[in-house]
Amino acid sequence: MSAYAIFFYIISAFILGTGVLAVTTRKIFRSAIWLLFSLIGIAGLFFWMDVNFIAAVQIVVYVGGIVVLIIFSIFLTQKAGNEMQKPIRSRTFFAALAVLLGFILSYTLIYQYNFQPASTQQLNVSVSDIGRQMLSTSQGGYALPFEVVSVLLLAAMIGCIVIAMKTPSMIVRKDIEIIEPHGNGQERNKITEKILETEHE
Amino acid sequence: MSEIPLSHILFVSTALFFIGMYGLFTRRNMITMLMSIELILNSVNINFVAFNKYLYPNQLNGIFFTIFIITIAAAEAAVAIAIIINLYRSHHSIDVEDADELKW
Repeated sequence: MSAYAIFFYIISAFILGTGVLAVTTRKIFRSAIWLLFSLIGIAGLFFWMDVNFIAAVQIVVYVGGIVVLIIFSIFLTQKAGNEMQKPIRSRTFFAALAVLLGFILSYTLIYQYNFQPASTQQLNVSVSDIGRQMLSTSQGGYALPFEVVSVLLLAAMIGCIVIAMKTPSMIVRKDIEIIEPHGNGQERNKITEKILETEHE
Repeated sequence: MSEIPLSHILFVSTALFFIGMYGLFTRRNMITMLMSIELILNSVNINFVAFNKYLYPNQLNGIFFTIFIITIAAAEAAVAIAIIINLYRSHHSIDVEDADELKW
């Protein structure tokens, strides 16, 4: 077994171990840090497969962007030192059972399928090839998905700002009083909404 | 390259997918559920790159799909965190069991 193969098994064990810790630890901040290590391990797997550009994108976007965003949101919403409550024992048991069965089923199917690797060629990914095909409009080019994804990112950005924005005239409905209908139902429900407070900030 | 068969890489990605599923089943905190979804998306990325490398080394389609998945995952995480923060403002909790106004 060469060093190349040993590297693969080390990286895989690292990814799976930190992944398991990320979903089982009860401190949410530690969970985020284990997720960070798992994503770094996946970037290492991409380096191992000689796709350096994807590995770099993985580190920049996931490790530099998404995990930092998750940690920020933990700080905004949680007391990071507290332990989360334990999941219900039966739920843990049945989730583990379902996951184990699903894994066994999928992996038997994968294992029995006879993949035919193209043994002669090596994958040669240069960034200039990726860029040229990404922006080409001819057959096999990815210009249209590129533009669609750019519009999606713009929409997501504006959507995030709109969702998380605190408008100064946010109306808080403190009390909703519902008066039950009486008679033969022709009367409409009278819903009186007391708008008690308008936030001025 | 040939000494590691493709099925070993697929073992890693399948296991990572089901680890993410386990997290999604057992966790009730929205941020940790989001983390599980990130693990699932990453397992799919490993699959795409491995298939591209082993089965179709003369093309780049798996690489492109991986790039698009990473982009969409970033957008999804941003929107999800905006929703979580908005939910925290109105409910003071990000436990999914507490957000039950639309239940039944």
